[in-house]
Amino acid sequence: MKRAVRVTVNGKDYERAVDVRSTLADFLREDLDLTGTHVGCEHGVCGACTVLLDGEPIRACLMLAAQADGHEVTTIEGVAPFGEALHPIQEAFWAKHGLQCGYCTPGIIMSACAFLKEHPTPTEGEIREMLAGHLCRCTGYHFIVEAIAEAARALAGSRPAPTVE
Amino acid sequence: MKPAPFEYVAASSAADAVEKLRRYGDEAKVLAGGQSLIPMLALRLARPSVLVDINGCTDLDGLTESGSTLTVGALVRQRGLERWARTRSPLFAEALGWVAHAPIRNRGTVVGSLVHADPASELPALLLCLDGALSARRKGGERVIPADKVYLAPLTTSLESDELATAARFTLPPDGAGWGFAEVARRHGDFALVGCAAVLALDGSGAVSHARLAFFGVGGTPVRSAPGEAALTGQQPTPARLAEAAKAAAAALSPDGDLHASAGYRKTVAGTLAERVLTAALGRCRRAG
Repeated sequence: MKRAVRVTVNGKDYERAVDVRSTLADFLREDLDLTGTHVGCEHGVCGACTVLLDGEPIRACLMLAAQADGHEVTTIEGVAPFGEALHPIQEAFWAKHGLQCGYCTPGIIMSACAFLKEHPTPTEGEIREMLAGHLCRCTGYHFIVEAIAEAARALAGSRPAPTVE
Repeated sequence: MKPAPFEYVAASSAADAVEKLRRYGDEAKVLAGGQSLIPMLALRLARPSVLVDINGCTDLDGLTESGSTLTVGALVRQRGLERWARTRSPLFAEALGWVAHAPIRNRGTVVGSLVHADPASELPALLLCLDGALSARRKGGERVIPADKVYLAPLTTSLESDELATAARFTLPPDGAGWGFAEVARRHGDFALVGCAAVLALDGSGAVSHARLAFFGVGGTPVRSAPGEAALTGQQPTPARLAEAAKAAAAALSPDGDLHASAGYRKTVAGTLAERVLTAALGRCRRAG
């Protein structure tokens, strides 16, 4: 059974007929070739497939593609600002060695985008609580925590500084 | 594609959804947030032939507070309740922080979690602790199911297959009441091994005028503890009395053992958590008067 969906992904509009059994993750990877969204457990536990739906992080494996009709999706391919190589969060992961195999990284970065908006100056505890929703089997998490803390500092620094007389 | 084949129908309103449920009956499952149903489809633990998607039913959205009653529509996400709770209900704010992870709470609905009826999940225990109820609608009728009549067994409620849970109602604790919430899980966001919630209120003399104590992760359904509450109501809440109530509450539980924790461990932890949440609740009470 197919169903028509219109969805905006990383600012671009798409119209496709999707199988109703397709998850949003399958749709992004197989129909739109956006393979940066990784699929791990396919039942919501590992967090690798996390994307933003209307700006909020969600599991792309726990939503049918048909349900994305009329919504806006941002994937890892859409986080870096136009004309720059990497988003500050990506930069921080690079600088702090926040990834090894990289499988879990796109999901963590998507979560971090929303998390740092809500917690611009996070504590280590808050970062670790957020990371509880993402499985990483390489790093032991320490460098990921450091990368997110570094990203928070970088994002704070990139805000316009108050005017000094 | 992991799920077994199904037909997908989108409902446009609550009335449309109940009509579709009447038409498909046992064959259909309601899809709201999907955070429990989609994993079950992916693992083929559930194989409905029809999914009735209620996400387009705008009349099922909305969170309203009227007097002491909080009404949460079937489309309100757990995150929506969490955001409301940050300024309105520290008990809900604390409890929702333990429900899975933010990306799950962004999609998962409050009512969906209530009717999924996982005995280790937090919200069903809060429905019991806060004298809640579910509104259920079927073609040609609506009924209100009080919390103590909702949960029958793991993943099993008293909702009929053609009934749609349209909203949940919670009774917010009386003015000056204190609350406590605690949970033990292997990792933050995992299902609880054991959890416990309490609400206490005191009268002018400092005696307990209102006591609620509810557990989750201690058996096939969430449990509201009659013996724990009876040991407190009308009594002066001395530390010894709270300890006695917690002990009585834990003694009446019959948790299951599984690979995560033995039954004995769960019972011991339940008693410890009960004492902790009662003490926390007392510490947050203001005396009436």
